[in-house]
Amino acid sequence: MSDKILLDYGSGGKASQRLVSDLFLKYLGNDELNRLNDAAELQVSGRIAVSTDSFTVDPIFFPGGNIGSLAVHGTVNDVAMLGAVPKYLTCGYIIEEGLPFADLEKIVEAMGEAARKAGVSVVTGDTKVVPRGAVDKIFINTTGIGEIVVDTPPAGDLARPGDAILISGTMGDHGLTVLGTREGLEFETGVQSDSAALNHLLVRLIREIPEIHVLRDPTRGGLATTMNEIAISSDTCCELEESSIPVRPEVAGGCSFLGLDPLYLANEGKFLCVLPEEHAEKALAIMHEDELGADARRIGTVTDANPGKVVMITKLGGKRLLNMLEGEQLPRIC
Amino acid sequence: MLPSGPSGKGCGIGTVNGEFVLSLDILEEFHNPELCRKLLDQLSAELEGELRFMEVCGTHTVAIFQSGLRSLLPEGIVHLSGPGCPVCVTHESEVNAFLDLAERDDVIIATFGDLMRVPGHGGRNLKAAQADGARVNVIYSPFDALKLAAENPDSTVVFLGVGFETTAPTIAGTMIMARQQRLKNFRVLPFHKTVPEALAALMDDVQTRIDGFILPGHVSAVIGLEPYRYIADKYQRSAIVTGFEPVDILQSLLDMVRWRNEGTPKVTNNYTRIVADEGNKKAMSVMHQVFQPGDALWRGIGMIPGSGLDIREEWADMDAKREFGITIEEVPPLPGCKCGEVLKGIISPEQCPLFKKACTPAKPVGPCMVSTEGSCAAYYKYKVD
Repeated sequence: MSDKILLDYGSGGKASQRLVSDLFLKYLGNDELNRLNDAAELQVSGRIAVSTDSFTVDPIFFPGGNIGSLAVHGTVNDVAMLGAVPKYLTCGYIIEEGLPFADLEKIVEAMGEAARKAGVSVVTGDTKVVPRGAVDKIFINTTGIGEIVVDTPPAGDLARPGDAILISGTMGDHGLTVLGTREGLEFETGVQSDSAALNHLLVRLIREIPEIHVLRDPTRGGLATTMNEIAISSDTCCELEESSIPVRPEVAGGCSFLGLDPLYLANEGKFLCVLPEEHAEKALAIMHEDELGADARRIGTVTDANPGKVVMITKLGGKRLLNMLEGEQLPRIC
Repeated sequence: MLPSGPSGKGCGIGTVNGEFVLSLDILEEFHNPELCRKLLDQLSAELEGELRFMEVCGTHTVAIFQSGLRSLLPEGIVHLSGPGCPVCVTHESEVNAFLDLAERDDVIIATFGDLMRVPGHGGRNLKAAQADGARVNVIYSPFDALKLAAENPDSTVVFLGVGFETTAPTIAGTMIMARQQRLKNFRVLPFHKTVPEALAALMDDVQTRIDGFILPGHVSAVIGLEPYRYIADKYQRSAIVTGFEPVDILQSLLDMVRWRNEGTPKVTNNYTRIVADEGNKKAMSVMHQVFQPGDALWRGIGMIPGSGLDIREEWADMDAKREFGITIEEVPPLPGCKCGEVLKGIISPEQCPLFKKACTPAKPVGPCMVSTEGSCAAYYKYKVD
């Protein structure tokens, strides 16, 4: 086999078949995928949750993970946020010709590992190879399917005044890691991506506390954007205590250096949980028992003061809005 | 030996074994809530009447809002945001000039990120130009533009020289290095502006009502205290070089109140952990080697003589303005836009009829809404109604 991915590998001919058997089945194989049918046959019962996401991260390898593990974690987490147990994944690759085979192998291997840990099976997939420049190295789409295990799935519009707002850990780790690794940014933060599958912790949480109103993962746009989405869709005010929001000192430092705000940076292994005040302590106790929730904290309360807005009580005790960004954060002149 | 924080604890920013060290712990001291509360109480106790202060640095604007300080200031302390955001004061015709350049097939634009969304004529901006195929690279250091030029010998790399005295020395240094590396395809579009001249222009306007200035920390680290002396001597107002933490800002406000009460306006430096009174002579000499004072058009304010930095004749081969024949002209003010009055502290953003209506961060009409550091954008983003 060539040490680089050639257009032939996406032709559907023998080269494609070799790629499937030598790589995809090797790392992702299971009874259903191994049948190599045009479609997968799935066993599901009751209400199902479906979510799809495309991953285009640059760079494709970063401290704490790669585009492959991220493509599994991202979709598994989205499915789990609906109070569902993720079971199956589909996986589509669009690969730029010339990608080193070893890179693709590392990516697929990481996907296999991430899927095993999350307890999901990749049941169907597709690979396309496109000419140089048509995509940037590799794009991956995953779709996840899970079984909903609660009567009322958590949803953004269910936040109610009086609810407690919890966060499962530190903010901004993934976003700063990716920015720090990106070409041209020659400084080391020593931070790594928090990319992780949250489904085991989330399923435990929703089984033990069925009254959870909102579960969300603050990915693109970070905590600030996700909180605003919740405030808008539930027409409530989310009041946050700045001093309670966990941010690693090295992330805070890196952000201050680049003129960025960690609350707008992506997280890939954290979730927000909004639930009635009386369950807050129990939820935190459950989160603290899991490695992925070790830094969990209560960060605020839902109120009816400024509907549709997120208000931050600053460390000094002042008040300000935590608004949504217009677009992506841009590094400043000075 | 590292300098001490306000509580006297060991801290901070300095050199250890010859290496530059920045400890984040020290910054904690400068937003210590208890200390801030004490300073706020003192401010209330000593304030007589109203004190209208203006900060002229976008980083101060953001710091004042983001820390929540603004919502805690005594009622008589009126906060005004001046023309301290370099992106905001980049003139429409300057924006149009670099957008035209971006459209050229033989040009690659290298720029700091926050210019990407600044709207020019008809709402055009660099983001949209990029989507239309323009080659625009966001860089973190002007030196990255040299790498870009070396990698693209068939194109001309134009660095957008926007900023105040903070960035001008680095860009001058980049030009010196480009000459050392014999790079033939690197140019700078010199749209720099200088702060002291702008403050004089503000105070010359009879409508302006400013009692004192919080002077920019970064700009002052380069130019020092001397260029501001006239503020007390000629205009009888106080002006204080100030750091960006809440304790820094509150201490300067308290000083400003005290000196006004005493009737002795002063120009001083409260940011001694970073700013030397004499500035950074090396940086200034590099800046003067390449640039010389020129006139500049400020968005929302207009022409301020001597407030720009032109590229000297000896460096003309790297001047994109000369090479592409770019001229900057005054344009009629945007109908209804009150940015000029906001920048001079005559009205607050909320008093502008366009604010939050026709003018939002998604569709900025005037300069103050353009960048997150602009005063209108900061009001929009942070102020709880």
